[in-house]
Amino acid sequence: MGILEGKKILITGVLTEASIAYSAARLAQEQGAEVILSSFGRMLPITTKIAERLPKPVKVIELDATNKEHLEGLAEKIKAEIGMIDGIVHAIAFAPQTALGGNFLETEWADVSTAVEVSAYSLKSITTACLPVLNNPSSVVGLTFDATVSWPVYDWMGVAKAAFESTSRYLAKYLGPKGIRVNLISAGPLRTTAAKGIPGFATMEEVWADRAPLGWDLTDTEAAAKGLVALLSDWFPATTGEMVHVDGGLHSTGA
Amino acid sequence: MAHSQQEVLAGLAELVNDETGIAADAVQMEKSFTDDLDIDSISMMTIVVNAEDKFSVKIPDEEVKNLVTVGDAVTYITANQD
Repeated sequence: MGILEGKKILITGVLTEASIAYSAARLAQEQGAEVILSSFGRMLPITTKIAERLPKPVKVIELDATNKEHLEGLAEKIKAEIGMIDGIVHAIAFAPQTALGGNFLETEWADVSTAVEVSAYSLKSITTACLPVLNNPSSVVGLTFDATVSWPVYDWMGVAKAAFESTSRYLAKYLGPKGIRVNLISAGPLRTTAAKGIPGFATMEEVWADRAPLGWDLTDTEAAAKGLVALLSDWFPATTGEMVHVDGGLHSTGA
Repeated sequence: MAHSQQEVLAGLAELVNDETGIAADAVQMEKSFTDDLDIDSISMMTIVVNAEDKFSVKIPDEEVKNLVTVGDAVTYITANQD
């Protein structure tokens, strides 16, 4: 029996088979969960195609995390498709090109605010939009790239991730009484579509090659996905507001 | 069943037309997806995913950046189809 047997999970952020969220969806199904995906705009047809490659059929619903109407209708949509859910995987982020790649000192607030809204505030907006259909207990998990320190080229996305990490702790605080846990996986760099959008991403890859005690495979999204699935399961029943590193151990080293 | 280069080109041109509205006969071997056909990254991703299904081929993300021209894509698909 899988560790997600009988659970229903909303998974955002599946784009290609290289998406961390795709691995999470596949593993969640293999572990017994019923999964529903979300995507939006021009990405929706891509997600729908890719979803057909999962082990079991899934529905894909439209959700733009910055669209008020989408958020207001989200719980109803989920309820109509699969009923109450036991978890959410938040795997969405975006920053305009001007906010990344070494342009930190020049980035305008409008671009920063877009990054923060899509990448950090969306954890709050999606989670609260789902409250009517979230069971007690439930588990919300997200993906971060350790924002307690600065990195080359990550720039304002790093700042947005810092806000994201803090948001997860506040959600953990406010939603704990409802039996909702909120935790993050802090993954090492992976060659996903998101990474391709970061100019100079290769400089971060080199840091991991040099320093991760366990080594690091830049193409293996399954390690991070396993972490997500574990946090979705009943095997972390008393853990919330936590950030689990799936980074080959790099965070523990000084040099 | 394996498709010939000519069939792959015709099929690819159809996918490009579906996604972008660019006339199929404008999709020629020497054309660059970005510089000549003005196809952005999301459209390119859509075309790649549809091409994978249409031609029973895997086009890894790593490979997509090497597919600069239509000819690059036709050659890759023809060589790697099941």
